Amino acid sequence: MSDVMIDARDLTKQYGTVAALKNASFQVNRGEVVGFLGPNGAGKTTTMKILTCFIAPSGGTAQVGGADIFEDPIAVRELIGYLPENTPLYTEMLVLEYLQFVGKMRGLRGAGLDARLRRVVEETSLGEVIGKSIGELSKGFRQRVGLAQALIHEPPVLILDEPMSGLDPNQASEIRELIREIGRERTIILSTHNLAEVRVTCGRVLIISQGQLVADDTPDELAARAGKPRFIATLKQNGHSASEIREVFSVIGDAQSVKEQAGGAPGELLVEVVPKGNQDLRADIFQAAVSAKLVLLGLEQRGENLEDIFRQLTTGNGGASS
Amino acid sequence: MRSVLTIAGRQFRSYFNGPVAYIVICIILLTLGFFFWKTFFLFGRASAREMFRWLGLILVFSLPALTMGLLAEEKRTGTIELLITMPVTEAQVILGKFLGVLGLYAVLLALTISYPLSVSTLGDLDWGPVWSGYLGLVLQGSAVLAIGLMASSWTSNQLIALFVALTLSVFFWVLDKFLALLPTNAASALQWLSFDYHFQSMARGVIDLRDVLFFVSVVVFALAVAFRALEARRWS
Repeated sequence: MSDVMIDARDLTKQYGTVAALKNASFQVNRGEVVGFLGPNGAGKTTTMKILTCFIAPSGGTAQVGGADIFEDPIAVRELIGYLPENTPLYTEMLVLEYLQFVGKMRGLRGAGLDARLRRVVEETSLGEVIGKSIGELSKGFRQRVGLAQALIHEPPVLILDEPMSGLDPNQASEIRELIREIGRERTIILSTHNLAEVRVTCGRVLIISQGQLVADDTPDELAARAGKPRFIATLKQNGHSASEIREVFSVIGDAQSVKEQAGGAPGELLVEVVPKGNQDLRADIFQAAVSAKLVLLGLEQRGENLEDIFRQLTTGNGGASS
Repeated sequence: MRSVLTIAGRQFRSYFNGPVAYIVICIILLTLGFFFWKTFFLFGRASAREMFRWLGLILVFSLPALTMGLLAEEKRTGTIELLITMPVTEAQVILGKFLGVLGLYAVLLALTISYPLSVSTLGDLDWGPVWSGYLGLVLQGSAVLAIGLMASSWTSNQLIALFVALTLSVFFWVLDKFLALLPTNAASALQWLSFDYHFQSMARGVIDLRDVLFFVSVVVFALAVAFRALEARRWS
């Protein structure tokens, strides 16, 4: 096996006349944790279902660990641990019973199965609910059972479809921690809406919109690529009008635009200054404020954040396929 | 084969975790008891013939309740996705599901053995037709279960699966009941397609290979259709 664990080439999926996925190509290397980002209906789940051989693409193909999804779907499935959206589990079964079932389906038997069971129960902290029926569990525990079943055969590749959705913040952070832990030695693709989560867990982001890949980068590079810095100055109003204040900052040579921003506290004014290039304008803003005898209450530098990039890339304007 | 048995075992055990199987089995046994003992003493014969006559009919109406959820419920809840993305083929899933419900059916049949046993204490029971009758029940039941599984593969709604399976199995049971109204050629063709026609000869103690092959063909056909339906998902 090479270092490329997932190699998707020109994946296309047509549902009737609707194209859910259009020529999506990407590679994921061994040990990478990749975040799959996109609005609902963008094609994330479709891509995952194709990789797990649940559905077949209408065009293109993919290989997982060197096995082709058309030629050897069983081999592909053996390499993958999969957690589908909404964690569908047999709710009438006990946790232990269920994990035993999955283990057997994955070819584990006897002492080997017991050892793996003990290990995943420990990894996912399921010990206290092991004898309970899955239907009685909280969403957080169900999610862990879902992860445990995906991990039981020690798959080199994990595909997790929205593993954190519907969890409260505590549960989400536990699961996130768990995924990070698991991701040290495995290739993971996880889909999510939550951008903060991507920054914490993923080394790489694939953004998909209307069935097309529109970005493929690390979270930081992505932010840097799309984002010029912006400077937000908070000023005491003191009877100055907004246009007066705008004028004050317009004298800064490197400023491309000066805009008023909403959201200031009463008696305060927020002004956004965008530089022409990547210059740091904080000193200039300070100087300008001082020379115009304005009281500067705060000065903040903001990069364009992932949310903005996400919105930009997925609302149709500015998505060059990568 | 191991995967098939694992799926079958899970399916079999899951019946005992929910109410449906218990309810269906109770209703079958109670209905059978009612019809059987109602007329048993009128005939004054130590024969289990009547049991097979009634049971054959009751099962055609009740077994679809056991199969309706087999695939429909997995599709509704999405568990089918986890099942299929394990290293198994669609054929193994279908076969496992079928064997699972067949196991439950075997339990049900084992519970009815009390009828011939009690009859045998009342008189001299001929066990030959009893065993061939049970073979008939196994075969006709398998056909009804396979049709139920097929219906369950077409929808994610259990009630629709139940309705379709009931319609089909009752249709095949009732086929030989209106033969007098038809021309002879059509009548014999229809008779040959009827479940009850093949079953009743076994309930009389006659094991004809043609009857066996008939039910086996129905099972194979229904399972093959279910397999195709499950597989079609990949290409939809």
